[in-house]
Amino acid sequence: MVNVILEQIDERLPKAITDRHDFRGDTTIVVAKENFLAVVDFIFNEGFQLLVDITAVDWPLRQVDGREQRFDVVYHWLNLATQERLRIKVPVADGEGVPSLVGPTLPPHFKTADWFEREVFDLFGIPFEGHPNLVRLLTWPDFPGHPLRKDFPLDGGDLFCMADSTAPYTGHSHLVGE
Amino acid sequence: MDSIATSIQPLDGDKMIVNMGPTHPATHGTLRIVLELEGEIITRATPEIGYLHRGVEKLGEHLSYNQFVTLTDRLNYCSSIMNNVGYAHAVEKLLDLEIPERAKVIRVLVSELARIADHVVCVGINAVDIGAFTAFLYLFKQRETVYDLFEMSAGQRMHTSFTRVGGLFRDLPDDFFPLAERFLEECPLAIDELEKLLTRNPIWHDRTKGVGALSPEEALSWGYTGPCLRACGVPQDLRKSQPYLGYDQYDFDIPVGTTGDVFDRYLVRVEEMRQSLRIVRQALDKLKELGPGPVIVDDYKVALPPKEKVYTRMESLIHHFKLIMHGIEMPVGEVYSATEAANGELGFYIVSDGGKNPYRIRVRPPCLPIFSSYEQKVRGRLIADAVAELGAMNVIAGELDR
Repeated sequence: MVNVILEQIDERLPKAITDRHDFRGDTTIVVAKENFLAVVDFIFNEGFQLLVDITAVDWPLRQVDGREQRFDVVYHWLNLATQERLRIKVPVADGEGVPSLVGPTLPPHFKTADWFEREVFDLFGIPFEGHPNLVRLLTWPDFPGHPLRKDFPLDGGDLFCMADSTAPYTGHSHLVGE
Repeated sequence: MDSIATSIQPLDGDKMIVNMGPTHPATHGTLRIVLELEGEIITRATPEIGYLHRGVEKLGEHLSYNQFVTLTDRLNYCSSIMNNVGYAHAVEKLLDLEIPERAKVIRVLVSELARIADHVVCVGINAVDIGAFTAFLYLFKQRETVYDLFEMSAGQRMHTSFTRVGGLFRDLPDDFFPLAERFLEECPLAIDELEKLLTRNPIWHDRTKGVGALSPEEALSWGYTGPCLRACGVPQDLRKSQPYLGYDQYDFDIPVGTTGDVFDRYLVRVEEMRQSLRIVRQALDKLKELGPGPVIVDDYKVALPPKEKVYTRMESLIHHFKLIMHGIEMPVGEVYSATEAANGELGFYIVSDGGKNPYRIRVRPPCLPIFSSYEQKVRGRLIADAVAELGAMNVIAGELDR
């Protein structure tokens, strides 16, 4: 079923799907951001109506055809009628945006994308073009950096976190005095 | 008379800001909702989440596959064993690994017990928030029994860490079964008692009917899954529609609501508890039928060999060393695996580059999309409805913020 839909996308929107692979029963297609909204519209009409998840994967230094493509924005769709899943990946460069699914001009098919996009923006720093309220979701507004980027340190770069924590525990001797 | 008349005139532009949370009895965890009120009517509700953000996904990139199990305990801490099962299931999908039959049945058994415990918390606390305290007490005795069962099986009541990649870390003890049988006798009575207290209670009806009603289309657009979606009338349950762990061999039904309001969600959850009891019954019988057997795969490239072998055989010692130091040999690829947790679809998206740790691990929490619809549902309603709605969404902050 999903094969038929993907063939139809190939017919209607030639070269929209730039890559496709199947692994362990999961179907993944890669779509350039220019064609993303058209493909989404198409699969929605074909039954993929439940947007399960939006996330991203950071591949620092990745180059595709000489162009920097640091992030994959990953969407998971579920077709409730056939119970098939489809994963769409949209590669973008650092700082490059992806069309939002909740823009004011779009039909309200995927209201859930609102918070998911805010979360991806928060944790990866990927802007979503047309999102009405793109502010951080999980961290606070002046949080430095984007935690899920690979170059973000695990301890958050917090001096207080690492400086003393590796020192051996000396008990409360400093409180007792000499 | 004049003075009364002026006091009920609408206040133009006079809005009151009320903070619900971060520590409010109805928030169950730490989340904040900024309410803009006109009198008792909510004109805006801005949820602010992230107070419990621990960076689980970031930590997961630095932990080996088996070490991450402990972090899954802390997602939905009301039913942590289900998160263990969901996570282990995802890694096994990545490995393309078939686990022993006995491990599957035990996983189903403990998942359904956890579902009952989770629904008990959700329904009970929701009733407490609205003002019906008694139901909570009857049910919490049952939840206590479930936690005793978890303690017997995993050694911990809440943070169970019961599963390992390839199965379970140990079999159920013998004294698990008599207590489980007793639970199967007592729990239906407690649910009956709960229904007597609430289902036909006019106050409960007044407080819950019509609150937070949602059409199926809207619910799908908001990304609802689990009991909240089924209460809207969509019979979507991964245990039936995409059976995993042999759920297709069990006989159970999927309760569905019609309006999606708080009352329907209550009814769906209560019926799901009864259906889960049916599954528990069948799983216990199945375990008896199967007899003793392994609960983890017999592949020492994935699961640790038993301690006696490690101490006496060289190959096992090497396997042990390799597994601890270099981890499991993972294929390169990405999988998304979803299980039906108590709140809805709990998904794990794992990207592997073949290393010891996942390259990227994503937890798809069921209550984040559900909670994102909160503002739309409470706008124009009373504060009291906001409390009822929040409880019926079953927002667990540990899972919401990760």
